Amino acid sequence: MNAISLRVQHAFPGFALDVDLQLPGRGVTVLFGHSGSGKTTLLRCVAGLERAADARIEVNGNCWQAADRFTPTWQREIGYVFQEASLFPHLDVCGNLAFGMKRAGATVHQDEIRVMAARFGIEHLLGRKPDGLSGGERQRVAIARALLTRPRLLLMDEPLSALDHARKQEILPYLERLHDELDIPVLYVTHQIEEAARLADHLVLLEAGRVVLSAPLTEALSRLDSPLARDHDAGVVVPTQVLGHDEAWHLTHLGFAGGEIQVSQRALHVGQAVRVRILARDISIALSGDNASSIQNRFACAVTGIAPAEDPAQCLVALDVKGVALLARITRLSAERLGLVVGKPVWAQVKAVALLD
Amino acid sequence: MLLPDSQDWAAIWLTLKLASIVTVLLLILGTPLAWWLARTHSRLRGAISALVALPLVLPPTVLGFYLLLLMGPNGPAGQLTQALGIGLLPFTFAGLVVASTFYSLPFVVQPIQNAIEAIGPRPLEVAATLRARPWDTFWSVVVPLARPGFLTAAVLGFAHTVGEFGVVLMIGGNIPGATRVISVQIYDHVEALEYAQAHWLAAGMVAFSFVVLFLLYTLNPDARRKPA
Repeated sequence: MNAISLRVQHAFPGFALDVDLQLPGRGVTVLFGHSGSGKTTLLRCVAGLERAADARIEVNGNCWQAADRFTPTWQREIGYVFQEASLFPHLDVCGNLAFGMKRAGATVHQDEIRVMAARFGIEHLLGRKPDGLSGGERQRVAIARALLTRPRLLLMDEPLSALDHARKQEILPYLERLHDELDIPVLYVTHQIEEAARLADHLVLLEAGRVVLSAPLTEALSRLDSPLARDHDAGVVVPTQVLGHDEAWHLTHLGFAGGEIQVSQRALHVGQAVRVRILARDISIALSGDNASSIQNRFACAVTGIAPAEDPAQCLVALDVKGVALLARITRLSAERLGLVVGKPVWAQVKAVALLD
Repeated sequence: MLLPDSQDWAAIWLTLKLASIVTVLLLILGTPLAWWLARTHSRLRGAISALVALPLVLPPTVLGFYLLLLMGPNGPAGQLTQALGIGLLPFTFAGLVVASTFYSLPFVVQPIQNAIEAIGPRPLEVAATLRARPWDTFWSVVVPLARPGFLTAAVLGFAHTVGEFGVVLMIGGNIPGATRVISVQIYDHVEALEYAQAHWLAAGMVAFSFVVLFLLYTLNPDARRKPA
């Protein structure tokens, strides 16, 4: 179901934005790219903060811009979270939260504000002025403020980039919860692959104002022709579920479509959904599965593709484990010696798994 | 020692009335002008800024001279007011209001413009994404955030109008109860060698101006930047 349709053409001084996208009407779409790729400009066009010369913007049946129409920002049912929290300094937290809610036509119920504040852990700050809040608290207020307008689309422009590492880790869990609970689509701009890996369902890669790739996250990260595959930190994201814990060996078992992954024991509930990231450089390939090895995470799979890597000594190997795509980066010499060809059954040995939680 | 007489009180009352009307007019006219100057990318911006700032550098007599010509019986403004049945503005209270408005314009426009520029575009964008119409944004975001600028503008506009002399003399003359403001009254006292009465008014002006500026700079730390 493609419910967000963006066609935007505009020449700005120094670069041109030329984008034609069909995006899912649910879940988190990450607009990914370097600074200057046009991702923030595209987001601002969707919000109506920037008026592209030629654009057609449709979100879940609402046309916000076309040749003969331009809906001003204040009439678009969006929530927008800016890079800096941009709270109104003359209002306290409660006043900030109520600002958009009032104007969105909702009657202001203190209860609703309190519930939303509790959801973001800011209920003890309601009477405080923004000056006295930490960066992380401010950004949580900003997100709650945007959601209280009951938007049909949430736009987030690098909401974590102005925060230090600790503050980011403080906010990410809230964003992941949003991802699970929200039933409206989210467009999320970032240049951090880790944020994309944790939050995205769909990924759009922008370069110099053009779309290089638009695909579901797992596909975007595992495709050999994706520019992301050639990155030093290339790797796939695999959705898993916690199966159980092995108390004796302090391990946690995660299940995915292709089998089971063991990781060091973590405080996770059985049944909890967890995304793991497996880097291409952390996968080695063997021809048999029973050779003695210290590596426990081994999967029988088939080679689905081979492509040159950035380093001329290396190549990228695409693998398929019962429908789950993995990406391995090995030396070309190894590939040659193992006789890797498309369709060959091999074993993937996973040396390291990063839990995204 | 002679106390202020009824003519002195008339001059004081007239001055306060003039300054109050001019201040209100300037806030109404100066705010959109300041908004436009703060936010426009138009090429006219430089020219309009210079025009607004002219009274800061011109001798009041120059401004008064040209206003006198413009509003006189042969000037375009004068012919317009006559055609509208208002009559001629020079040497009337209304004429003083018009002239003072021009004369004090930069003192009102510049603090408001600085305050709006200091707010920047972001809070306006935030307000728009929170469904606030532009007019709503102006009252609920711009005015509260630029309040120090508006306060400075009002105080400077008022005080500057109270303190003018040259323009009043050129355009208003010296008509008791109509155009004879405090500064002119002081001038008359001095000419007549009535130093005691001149002192009352002159010292009053010094005290008034000091108190106003003292309050402005104490209560409103953002006002330290002088206009121009």
